[in-house]
Amino acid sequence: MRYRKTEIWRSVDWVTILLYLIMVIAGWFSICGASYEFDNVGLFDPSGRPGMQMIWIGSSLILIFVILMLESDFFDIFAYLIYAFVIVLLIATIFLAPNIKGSHSWLVLGPIRLQPAELAKFATALAVAKFMNSYGFKLTTAKNFSITLLLIFFPMVCILLQRETGSALVYLAFFLMLYREGMTGYILLTGVCAVVFFVTGMKYSEVMVGITPLGELIVSCLVLLITMGLVGSVRKDYISVKIIFGGIVSTFLIGYVVSLFVPVNFAWISIGLVGAASVYLFYLSVRNWVWHYALIALFALGSIGFLFSVDYVFNDILEPHQQIRIKVSLGLEDDPSGAGYNVNQSKIAIGSGGLLGKGFLNGTQTKLKYVPEQDTDFIFCTVGEEQGFLGASAVLIVFGLFILRLIVLAERQDNAFGRVYGYSVASIFFFHLAINVGMVTGLTPVIGIPLPFFSYGGSSLWGFTILLFIFLRLDASRKER
Amino acid sequence: MENNTKYEFENRRYVLGGAVILLIIIFIIRLFILQVVDNDYKAWADSNAFLKKTLYPSRGMMYDRNGKLLVYNQPAYDVMLIMREIQPFDTLDFCEVLGITKEQFLKRIADIKNRRLNPGYSSYVPQVFMNQLSAQEYGVLQEKLYKFPGFYIQNRTIRQYEYPNAALVLGNIGEVNRKDIENDSYYTQGDYSGRTGIEQSYEKYLRGVKGVEILLRDAHGRIKGRYEEGRHDIQPESGKNLKLSLDMELQAYGEKLMQNKLGGIVMIEPETGEVLCMVSAPTYDPSILIGRQRGKNYVALQKDPLKPLFNRPLMAQYPPGSTFKPTQGLIFLQEGVITPETQYTCAHGYTFRGGKPACHGHPSPLNLVGALATSCNSFFPWGLHDMIDSRKRYPTVQEAFEVWKNHMVSMGYGYKLGIDLPGEKRGFIPNSKFYDKVYRGRWNSSTVISIAIGQGEILATPLQICNLAATVANRGYYVTPHVVKEIQDTPLDTLYSQRHYTSVDTHYYNYIAEGMRGAVTGTAYGGTCRGAALPDIEVCGKTGTSENPHGKDHSIFMGFAPYQKPKVAIAVFVENAGFGATYAVPIGKLMLEKYLKREISEANKPTEEYIMNAVILPNNAL
Repeated sequence: MRYRKTEIWRSVDWVTILLYLIMVIAGWFSICGASYEFDNVGLFDPSGRPGMQMIWIGSSLILIFVILMLESDFFDIFAYLIYAFVIVLLIATIFLAPNIKGSHSWLVLGPIRLQPAELAKFATALAVAKFMNSYGFKLTTAKNFSITLLLIFFPMVCILLQRETGSALVYLAFFLMLYREGMTGYILLTGVCAVVFFVTGMKYSEVMVGITPLGELIVSCLVLLITMGLVGSVRKDYISVKIIFGGIVSTFLIGYVVSLFVPVNFAWISIGLVGAASVYLFYLSVRNWVWHYALIALFALGSIGFLFSVDYVFNDILEPHQQIRIKVSLGLEDDPSGAGYNVNQSKIAIGSGGLLGKGFLNGTQTKLKYVPEQDTDFIFCTVGEEQGFLGASAVLIVFGLFILRLIVLAERQDNAFGRVYGYSVASIFFFHLAINVGMVTGLTPVIGIPLPFFSYGGSSLWGFTILLFIFLRLDASRKER
Repeated sequence: MENNTKYEFENRRYVLGGAVILLIIIFIIRLFILQVVDNDYKAWADSNAFLKKTLYPSRGMMYDRNGKLLVYNQPAYDVMLIMREIQPFDTLDFCEVLGITKEQFLKRIADIKNRRLNPGYSSYVPQVFMNQLSAQEYGVLQEKLYKFPGFYIQNRTIRQYEYPNAALVLGNIGEVNRKDIENDSYYTQGDYSGRTGIEQSYEKYLRGVKGVEILLRDAHGRIKGRYEEGRHDIQPESGKNLKLSLDMELQAYGEKLMQNKLGGIVMIEPETGEVLCMVSAPTYDPSILIGRQRGKNYVALQKDPLKPLFNRPLMAQYPPGSTFKPTQGLIFLQEGVITPETQYTCAHGYTFRGGKPACHGHPSPLNLVGALATSCNSFFPWGLHDMIDSRKRYPTVQEAFEVWKNHMVSMGYGYKLGIDLPGEKRGFIPNSKFYDKVYRGRWNSSTVISIAIGQGEILATPLQICNLAATVANRGYYVTPHVVKEIQDTPLDTLYSQRHYTSVDTHYYNYIAEGMRGAVTGTAYGGTCRGAALPDIEVCGKTGTSENPHGKDHSIFMGFAPYQKPKVAIAVFVENAGFGATYAVPIGKLMLEKYLKREISEANKPTEEYIMNAVILPNNAL
């Protein structure tokens, strides 16, 4: 064995470990705050949640030690085996798990409850990394791309079948990694645009300015902007951008002048402009015999089509409770005691923290159980209430630095296996952060996923710890290869 | 080309890194808006977590002028229930304890749950199941309460009355309505406030100041303890006790004399303006308006055709009849229309208008004292004629009449006196504009002559008449009548201590007093009020008969005693009792004796018995 075990402590990335420890300890204090009762048992009492979390943290440290002691080749070699094992576990869970709050995601083994979905993330990341590192792999080939997608979607479907929609959605994070690895940006752009158009279209669908429906106006203007951006960035055809821009500005000016005399529906003007721009781009495409113009034109027309199908999608495809969740989260429906209760209470808890917060263990909203799931999915409320704007911002900044550090580490890998795995890790943390904090602050729909290192729970802490430290182990040995 | 694309993909790290930074910035802006910019969330959090439990102060008690306790508080018990905590229990046993049927039980539960009837319903919050249990019912229920999970008992206080008297003066309390809450931020839904009588007019003193206890409450409404060990709690401040000017024994005696009659008695201590008794007949026992029967009993009282809720001494407006004559004498003296020696003739009536108004037979001519003593119906019309028809004194009849009216107002007529009880009426004293309108500007004393003898348009409340008696007793001033003598730790409104002198010089009052004394003792011209005479008390009095177009005339007595240094003034009204001398005078005599001697002499016992047994109700009278 050429590799000396002691060397790992020198080569491992201590910056990440430090950020990890900061978050785990801050998380433990938040759980103390969230589960503190006025007639309290001691904070270290194993019967209480802070005591239990202490045990999870301790066992995580052991896990870290074990992972760092393993050979880095281990993960490369066993990646598919681990993946297969986890898939079997996931499928078994669908059938074996009891119904806990409507989901079938917990395996109960005597006193221990395990959520295999939390472990599936690192297993999937490993398998995808191994596949994408295989000889001759090219993401652009249809076969490779579809097998990659299969590796990602298979556990996702299993978890959906366990009725853990939130955990399943996390697998969409892999697309960020795929983007880095060369997947065409159009897929990401289309996905992001679809979400943004949907949300904006729904949120402003009822708002009228004069006779102009605001939602349609905003979305069609966004489409025009993106179209121009694409023409500029993909074709570097700034002349066409100027022509389209000039056309838009002059048409809106004429529309404005006309609106002084008769009411004008600016949304129709804007949508008409999208149509005109598309015709122009088709013309360019044919004249120059270049694909991209036509693709951009199709994107623009597709966006408008999507906008008009939003209502249909919303009313006919989504289920009523999903409609309500989305509506409440967009502020379309005001129902503080029903579906909006959680979000409303969590906003109250955070908002009541003020600039400096109420101080450790002094929060009233979280402790008095106004916030549901206050030590798991809604743990960020406790941070916001007790530590205030400064504390909550500090936590966000630490989290941001952590993810950025992971990107730096991923970039310095000398092979695709480490890089793909590293980006998968960073993407998963990013997705969790975005959805969890977004949900708690009322920006995104309520999707129940934990905030890594903060939310109470052994499975989730173990899952994130393993996910992270496998990457640190890979990173520590990058020079030996 | 290969390297080029690889390089291009490497650049995508900046896109992803930028997305991370953008996300953090969006979240920090969001937090800034939630936590620093928007202050609403702080208030919402407080109303979420703090249950501000009101601590109710005990309402001030009332004592009579001799220190007897009249109104106090007694604990009552409301049965509350929290729907969510109810578990199956023996409904029959429960109904038996509360003395209700199972149907009533089920209906009550349904009513509580009905959000239309009970908009604030929540299954987590205590709801009133039944209010104001008696101490006995409470005792039985308390023992068995452990069998009925979800039911609780909440303590509160209700009013208790030591005597069944003075209901209209004391007043009662009732639950505040939406308007009260809008007008006074002190009240919240479910509070009680004074609705009538002293309870209403002294509400601000009686109610005290509410305290508050701040409790921490979780999302299910469960109490998790006191906030910071009660450091921010406010203790309630008890309401002020009141010492009334009423003499409860006298009041009770008056109510007894007035039983089975309609009318009222007011007695005032002239020097202080303190109301010694204020009897309104018919009356009711104030304790029927507390407890669970309140609503039912109140409706019954409201529907009673004899109007027991109508506080006659303050609210009934009758023509004052002959009791008005002293005011006329005073005005004529003050204006120089007559002197004490001036004599007018009377030939069984006012000859200037062909014997109308008519008068009884008595020596003629006669002066003011004699006219008062024998209640001459001619003397005062002559005086009014000389005052307003003569153009030597005043250029027009209107100006003359305004002088007359202003004197009347200064004597407390035509406007509310300002007694510390709600609902006082102002009576009616016409002014020249009124008659100008009625007679199109062409009128003189003959047109309006009946006002000189207290009939016609004139209206006065028994309180105003008693106030006149007090003014004469004081020889020229009165103190605004009031029923509260002292407020605990608080000075009384100066309105109730200052003397109001009338616009008539005080020495003229001596002739009026002399005339009223003469009416009781009898003079050379006679005396119409001799029935009021008491052996060792120098009673002064004036009878009156108030013309009643709807039935038999009302019987009135006004007086004071003793003649020198008077201690008490009185007005008695008995509806449909005919001449003043028949009922009002003996009642007045008995009341004066009761107050001044504390007991009724043997000689007057037969009168007492006769009065108490007399039934003068509209059915009999008509």
